[in-house]
Amino acid sequence: MWSYISGVISLGLIYVIATVGLAVFTGFTGLFSLGHAAFFAIGAYTAAILTYFYGFNFYVALAMGGAAGGLVGFLIGYPTLKAKLRTDYFAIATLGFGEAIRVLLENLPITQGARGLPGIRNETSLPVLMVVAFIVIWFAWNLIHSRHGRACIAIREDFVAAEMMGVNIFIGRLRSLVFSAFCAGLAGGLFAHYFCFIQPSMFTSYMSTQMTAAVVAGGMGSISGPVIATLIFIGIPEALRVANIWRLVAYGLLLVLIMIFRPQGLMGYRELSLDLVKGWYRRVWKGGRA
Amino acid sequence: MSEHVLELRGVTKRFGGITACKDITFNVEKGQIMGLIGPNGAGKTTAFNLITGVYGLTEGAILLEGKAISGKRPDLIVRQGIARTFQNIRLFRNLSVLDNVIIALDCHETYLLGASFLRLPNVVKRERAVHEQALEYLAAVGLEDKAATRADAMPYGLQRKLEIARALALKPRLLLLDEPAAGMNPEESLDLARLIRTIHDQFGLTTLLIEHHMDVVMALCERIFVMNFGEKLAEGSAEEIQKDPDVLKAYLGEGFKRAQHTQS
Repeated sequence: MWSYISGVISLGLIYVIATVGLAVFTGFTGLFSLGHAAFFAIGAYTAAILTYFYGFNFYVALAMGGAAGGLVGFLIGYPTLKAKLRTDYFAIATLGFGEAIRVLLENLPITQGARGLPGIRNETSLPVLMVVAFIVIWFAWNLIHSRHGRACIAIREDFVAAEMMGVNIFIGRLRSLVFSAFCAGLAGGLFAHYFCFIQPSMFTSYMSTQMTAAVVAGGMGSISGPVIATLIFIGIPEALRVANIWRLVAYGLLLVLIMIFRPQGLMGYRELSLDLVKGWYRRVWKGGRA
Repeated sequence: MSEHVLELRGVTKRFGGITACKDITFNVEKGQIMGLIGPNGAGKTTAFNLITGVYGLTEGAILLEGKAISGKRPDLIVRQGIARTFQNIRLFRNLSVLDNVIIALDCHETYLLGASFLRLPNVVKRERAVHEQALEYLAAVGLEDKAATRADAMPYGLQRKLEIARALALKPRLLLLDEPAAGMNPEESLDLARLIRTIHDQFGLTTLLIEHHMDVVMALCERIFVMNFGEKLAEGSAEEIQKDPDVLKAYLGEGFKRAQHTQS
């Protein structure tokens, strides 16, 4: 039983790592991506190929996977963000990019096409995931509480006004794209060395959508919100495994309910803090007695 | 000797077949408050957008303290010492009043991205300093007790003041104010005129002001430039402008002559 629970938590943490990056990109910079699974896949394949074919140290491979994600983020972001695509057009561009990467992975010799890479070393453990997740969350937190992160927030709020505050919009957007792509790549590397098998069909637009949905449902302008939403989205389908195919309905229903009752997301523009929890506790307690 | 802080030389902007600004030439002297007036659609805000680099020029040149700024990106122009407010308020609405000012102050910070990620001691130190400074700028416009309020939760008049505080926090030498008194009653707008005068003197600014409230313009501006249909109509002191027949015609129509006639 413990190994099952630990498995669910591990999967949750892998997604948390990717989603925190996306929270900076979508929740704080205001750009939408429908192709982050591609960065995830690039990180997974880079790290896996390095350990599988070349016998690299796991941590080095992991870092390289993140770096590869970040580099590809830079390469795709440079032309699209330079062209100042509107955010909706940019989202479409990422959708196409995500599919292109998947098709590429299916056809390259080194990725072994649709067969995938079986028998990757099992290196990702729960403690490793907890440490990486902690570091990524700490980095993201520090970023948004610095001049670099506030520039991104200013771009999200009003990019004309941001420019009039001396913010370089292109650099700000590119920076947060590279950060989110790095996080996704890191998560991908961890994913590959957790399941010990990867194939291109794992990294579909469904995965991208799920990550973006977690950010939106968790709340724009929040880190803790998307983290909680990710854990719920991973946990609910597992908890409802007995309900068989209906668990996917429950997942969709949950998303719809959040959007109806909390359109700003679970934690829109707020963070989980002790004061907030105390406030909830007080409200629930009072409600209980009334 | 007077010194040109801002110089417009034959500035022209065409949007397709429409000429929004045609051959506009004027100087703003150091320490001056200059007014830019004209009927709606005269091209005043376009002139601001050209000065701040939001639009590129079709012809002409714009100089800040003798250096050409036309053709540069808006964020670089801002860093050279121009700050502006917007006609239709453009605050960072979901952020606190304090954070709005802090983002403006950030443009003078220099710590590196790596330091941000690791939150090195110098970042923590700068964050504290920026926080203190932001409160000072809020105090300058009388918003110090609103620091924690969300920007869009404030009444309209206070939002205008926050825009001014945010522009001041960029530490500009030239301040462009686009209809700061729009939507205010006469009492409020005179109150705002006093505030503009105070901060102009306190921060040693040069100010260019677009405004429709003539009492504000006449109270503040030493010189006035009048535009109509994208062209220069008149330029001079407040008294000269008030008597200028072309200006009266543009504002009141041909009928003013008859009115003058019947009065005399």
